[in-house]
Parts: sequence; C-alpha cells; structure tokens
Amino acid sequence: MRVAIINYGMGNLGSVRRAFEEIGAEAVIANHPSTLYEVDRVILPGVGSFAEGMAHLNRGGWVSAIHDVVTQQNKPLLGICLGMQMLADKSDEGGETKGLGLISGEVKRISLLGCEQRIPHMGWNEVNYKTEDVVFNGIPQSSDFYFVHSYAFAPRDLQNIVAVVNYGCELTAAVRNKNVFGCQFHPEKSSKAGRQLLKNFMNYSAC
Amino acid sequence: MLKVRVIPTLLWKDFGLVKGVGFDSWRRVGSVLPAVKVYNSRDVDELIVVDISASQQQNRPDYESVSDFSEECFVPLTVGGGITELDDVLHLLHSGADKVSINSAAFVNPKIIDIVAAKFGVQCTVASIDVRQFEDGSYHCFSHAGTQDVGRNPVDWAKELVSRGAGEILLTSINRDGTMKGYDIDLTERIVKSVDVPVIASGGAGNYQHMIDVVLQAGASAVAAASIFHFTEQTPAGAKSAMKLAGIPIRQNFIGLNSK
Repeated sequence: MRVAIINYGMGNLGSVRRAFEEIGAEAVIANHPSTLYEVDRVILPGVGSFAEGMAHLNRGGWVSAIHDVVTQQNKPLLGICLGMQMLADKSDEGGETKGLGLISGEVKRISLLGCEQRIPHMGWNEVNYKTEDVVFNGIPQSSDFYFVHSYAFAPRDLQNIVAVVNYGCELTAAVRNKNVFGCQFHPEKSSKAGRQLLKNFMNYSAC
Repeated sequence: MLKVRVIPTLLWKDFGLVKGVGFDSWRRVGSVLPAVKVYNSRDVDELIVVDISASQQQNRPDYESVSDFSEECFVPLTVGGGITELDDVLHLLHSGADKVSINSAAFVNPKIIDIVAAKFGVQCTVASIDVRQFEDGSYHCFSHAGTQDVGRNPVDWAKELVSRGAGEILLTSINRDGTMKGYDIDLTERIVKSVDVPVIASGGAGNYQHMIDVVLQAGASAVAAASIFHFTEQTPAGAKSAMKLAGIPIRQNFIGLNSK
C-alpha cells in the first residue's frame, strides 16, 4: 500500500513522511502530479495561507490530477490542516479564493465563526467525533490532538462533519465526504492518537 | 479546552546533552538523540531543544542534528540557538522543527521577529527571554545564554516581542535555573499579565508542586523543565498526573496502543 504526500512547496513534508514510515506504510513524496496515478492513497499536507496554497496547487498542475484520482479512481485522500481546508469550495484567507471543492463549504476566520478566544488556536485539544467513523477506530472519544490554526472549515452539509473541537465555540476538527477525508489537527504531531488515525486511514478500503 | 503542556527542555552543547545551574557550571548528562527518543516514547506534550553554545560561538544552527532529532519526535519540536536570520529559520523548519525559539538575535535586530512571523506564522515564532534578578529586586534581560546583560526590563521586552509577532514566550529565570527551588512565580505572573500569548515558564522546577504553583498562581500556559527530569525520579507523566489532581487541564496519555 503506497501513499503519496503531495509536495506543492508548502508544509512539513518531512514530519508527515516520518509518521507514515513509523506505522509501516510506504510513503513517497510526490513532486509531480503524475505520481498520484502510481499510488493507492494521497495526502494533502499543508502549513500556510489558503490563497498561497491554492496558488501553488494551481501552478503545479495538481488540481486536475487530484480531482481525477479522487473522483474518477476513487483513491482515498486525507487533507491535513491547510490541506483539509483546501478541500472546501472557498476561503476568505488572503482574499476570497476558490478551493478544490471536494467537500462543499467555506473556510472562515475562527473569530467569524463565533470564537472569542485568542488566535491562533494552538495546542492540544480534545476531539469529539460525532459518528463512529473509520478514521477514529480504536481512538477513545475526547482524545487530545495537536492543533495550530486561525481559520476553520464550515461544511455546508453537516453530515460531512465527522468530529469537532471546542475552543470557546465548536469548530470542525475532521471532515469526510466518501473517500475524501480531512483533519484540522496534525496527526503527524499528535503522538500515538495521531499515528492510530493515520493507520486507520491506510486501512480504510472503499467499498 | 486547551491543555496546559509539560515540556522537557534539552540543552545541547558540543554534541552533548548538558544541564547547568544559573546558566553556568554545565554538566554533561547524556546524549540528545536518545533523550528525544525516550521522551517521545513517554508521550510528552512538546519538546524544546536549544543549542546553548551556538550564539556564544556565533555558529549557525546545526541542521543535521536537528534533522536527526525530528526524525524521532512525533510531538511538536521547538528548536533554538544560533538563529540570526530568516534563512536559518527556513532551514530549521525544513530539518523538521515545528517552531523556532529566538533570543539573542532579537536584541541585535528586533525586526527578525516581525520577519519570521510574517513569513512562517506566529505559531512557529517563539521568543525566548532569559531574565536575571538583581539584589535590589530589579529584573534584566540577558542574551547569549545568559552571558550579556542587555539592560532591558522583561515586561517591556515581552510586550515588544509580542507586538512584533511572537506567538509564544519562553520565559526563563536565570537565578532559578537548575536550582530545583521552584519557578519565579512573581516574574512569570508579570509577563503573563502583560501579554496575551501563551507563556512557558522555565527555570527552577524541582517537584510537581512547583509546576502546579506556576500554572495556578502565575497563569503559565506551559511548564518547561530539565533538571527535575534529568536528576530525579520525577517524570513528565507524573507531573501531568499531579497537575490533573490539582484541577489543571492536561493532555491524557493515550493508552489504547503500544508505541509502535
């Protein structure tokens, strides 16, 4: 089972690759969209701003390849942090920017979502899943994961929200639409709970 | 609810893991890499690794070693020591650091904080402040691993650092460092009250109660410690249990799985 980590010039690729190695998965860094056709699963990592991230994805020719392998070939994809936010239709970070549109909804600044606490939301916080989703297999309810973000994903269809985190208000912690998964927290920096989530993603089979 | 973090600090000098008292009389206590591995397996909340000889000897950060450490670290890793320009930060982040801690360079060129925060975000910009208290009770900031008095008042300096974009303050009391007599509660409280970013208390932890005190009395968002973990039987997990009993929100160790 091979997983490709998309290298679009942003993000902590090394940490993500190491976390997959640690769970015994064969992880490759994809420097070109063609690699996505040669693997079983795709990771869209990300640290940085939405507008810049989408600009890099567009420039590198990633957008159509991602759509192709995810919607035509049904390969599972996991977006992490900014990578999850870019699954949305659009965001207003760095000027209104169109996203990948794989999960319908918008990305908004936490303060506009009703959260009055200090920004960024940074540190270990409890994740509560709403449904028994495959990615949380074997992970106790309210386990702590590591978050760093100032914007959050508000999916249009609440069914796409798998888990939430409370930071003065309820924010989306994990999303899913069929074979497209996303988590706002960083599983690669969330110790054992994060490793279990990555294992679950690798073990998931679409059927 | 966000958790109060327990963060072991690993100081390294000439390839060895060291610990001193009052930023002096450094004693070698082992090697850094095995320590990173052990702490990682014990599920600490974060790790801080600082090269204490880099700024004094004007060395660049040792990216190769940082890369080795990050390979073994599955929690956020903060790296400090020898950072003078944006390029250093870029290399450290590429080597696997999640945050960088900047101290001496900010006194020489305060704009480095603005530049790093603008480019990489406030979440990865940690400003470290080393403070010495004099007999008359006054506090001064020190740079270059505690060797140079820069004459600045830590409250004013902390405010300036935060206004420039520091996302976190790592506050160390030089007087308490390595003494295991407890954190400087008064100093920590002053800084916590003057800025709205998380303050990591450092210097002086000798038992779990010290950690509880600096969180409950001074409002620290995290406790950093070294000697207590190097030289006593006390552990980060023990600290978290004690803090939990005291009503402090801490991250529960995830016990459903083995480490691999």
